[in-house]
Amino acid sequence: MEGLIASAIGILTASGIYLMLQRRMLAVIVGLSILSYAVNLFLFAMGRLAIDKPPVLQPGVTDYSDPLPQALVLTAIVIAFGMTALIVVLGLRAYLETGSDTVDVADSQMVRDFSPGRPDEKTQSGRGPT
Amino acid sequence: MSDVVVLPIILPAIAATLMLVVARESLALQRLVSVVSVAALLPISLILLDAAGSGPSAYRLGNWTSPFGIILVNDRLSAIMLVLTAVVSLLALVYSLSGWDARGRYFHVLFQFQLVGINGAFLTGDLFNLFVFFEVMLIASYGLLLHGDGPWRLKAGFQYVAVNLIASSLFLIAVGLIYGVTGTLNLAHLNQRVAQLGEEDAALLRTGALLLFMVFATKSALVPLHWWLPGAYSAAPAPSAAIFALLTKVGAYSILRFHSVAFSSDAAGISTSLQMLVLPAAAVTLAVGAIGVLASRSLLQLASYSVIASMGTLLIAGSGLEPAQLSAALYYTLHSTLIGAALFLLVDILAGGRGPTTDRLVPAATLPRPGFLGGLFLLAAMASIGLPPLSGFIGKVAILDSLRSAPAAPWAWGVILIASLVMMVGFVRAGSIVFWQPSERQSATGSPRIAAAPIAVVAVLIGLTAALSVFGGEVMTILAATATEMATPGRYVDAVLPKTFAEVP
Repeated sequence: MEGLIASAIGILTASGIYLMLQRRMLAVIVGLSILSYAVNLFLFAMGRLAIDKPPVLQPGVTDYSDPLPQALVLTAIVIAFGMTALIVVLGLRAYLETGSDTVDVADSQMVRDFSPGRPDEKTQSGRGPT
Repeated sequence: MSDVVVLPIILPAIAATLMLVVARESLALQRLVSVVSVAALLPISLILLDAAGSGPSAYRLGNWTSPFGIILVNDRLSAIMLVLTAVVSLLALVYSLSGWDARGRYFHVLFQFQLVGINGAFLTGDLFNLFVFFEVMLIASYGLLLHGDGPWRLKAGFQYVAVNLIASSLFLIAVGLIYGVTGTLNLAHLNQRVAQLGEEDAALLRTGALLLFMVFATKSALVPLHWWLPGAYSAAPAPSAAIFALLTKVGAYSILRFHSVAFSSDAAGISTSLQMLVLPAAAVTLAVGAIGVLASRSLLQLASYSVIASMGTLLIAGSGLEPAQLSAALYYTLHSTLIGAALFLLVDILAGGRGPTTDRLVPAATLPRPGFLGGLFLLAAMASIGLPPLSGFIGKVAILDSLRSAPAAPWAWGVILIASLVMMVGFVRAGSIVFWQPSERQSATGSPRIAAAPIAVVAVLIGLTAALSVFGGEVMTILAATATEMATPGRYVDAVLPKTFAEVP
């Protein structure tokens, strides 16, 4: 079982990293979520791999499984879920506003607004297809 | 009395929820709630600082015996960082009232959640809650970075979020490794478990600990993990960038905290290899920051790279565990946060006043109030570079002095002094382009008027760095006590773990 879990984590991490190194946003997002699966599995494995053992004290039982990593994984899953939702929306908005789905920032997009003035008109247009 | 410890986390959380539920449609009401909440944090953190004078104290949420429950620990280091957070965030908030907060919805809500995350990260006493508060802090910072919209912000925001998601994954792997080896996540308990660890687990623990420090180094923009910073900080609206000056300090704080409490025993050679890695990385960070300041093509790049340079200077001192080094690093933390925030706000005012040229370093129409703004820029530049009489000078002298007996002293001194010179040239170049080279083309609309309130905020921030150097003796006394406390983690451990538990391995 150790070998199976270890290679699963390894393959997930490798695919995640490969996808994160791509230029397009969607690939990066998928890569990030695959990496988070690898991390969750890894956290599980850190509680030692045990089958059919109770996590809570019971009379007459000597071997327990560790409940803490499971609680950690739960928290990590919730956070990763929220973050993935956020970055998906962010990527989508960036695509709709700029018309490109690459990760890099083009010079023409680097128009910023500052304190007293109103935001630049150019940045307000171009909402993209609706 | 001891319940005050939860207020820096609970109060902004209540304020944010209140705004979402009650004051959703009224900006005026949101402003009121926001200012009251942040202003209340200042006396609260001062009370905590006073309480921390009598030693670290642990607050057990849910009253579980340590190390099983969630704890908050208030010691001098945490309390000082809380005071700093309260001061900088109050000023950034006041600055945002002049118009930035109206450029999108929920600025104040996100601002409060940002404070929940930062304050929580400073107070928490265990590794996993540090992760949770990091995430709270980051998710609020994504919103603050994107506040005001625009394509550049969206693209820069995507990069910032992606980098931080990768860092969070690494953080979890590090947490998993450390828990798998030691069986605890409580900082004080780690201090003991790490020291008792057998030879066979040393390699795994080392991997986990160094991964953890890599995550902290990413947050504190240590070379080669600094590439995200100029893009993200330049794209962020000015008040957000000012509060982001605190985010890099959270990274530095975590490095100092974990090094001094969890891994101070040098088990598995973690402390040694950490010092071997952090010192050169910090020196290179300072060099890269100084060169970036010299090479900037815009004022925002100038401000971003001077933040990187200040992180380098800070961590050159923060790489060791000598009390003198730690207190110098803390002094520089206070100084660089104030001046980093001041620089970003000042750049925002200057770029707004320069019309269509914005922050690019090319000759442009003359600024309104050139004398006063130029004076502020000069003072901010002097403080960033480390020229007397502002606090940057005292901070740098303290760092140089604390390094005197270190083996790396000759080249660390060289890097710090040469980098100061390079930064001075960079700031002089930027200042003379902005203030002394008016172009013939005046902007068609005439110069925009600059409101007094934002300038006053910048002046207060610079005034505070001056106060930091006027009251340098008093501040140094407090920081020296803090550094001594950090160098003897036994008191922290005693405050967290009950006596009976501390004996049992």
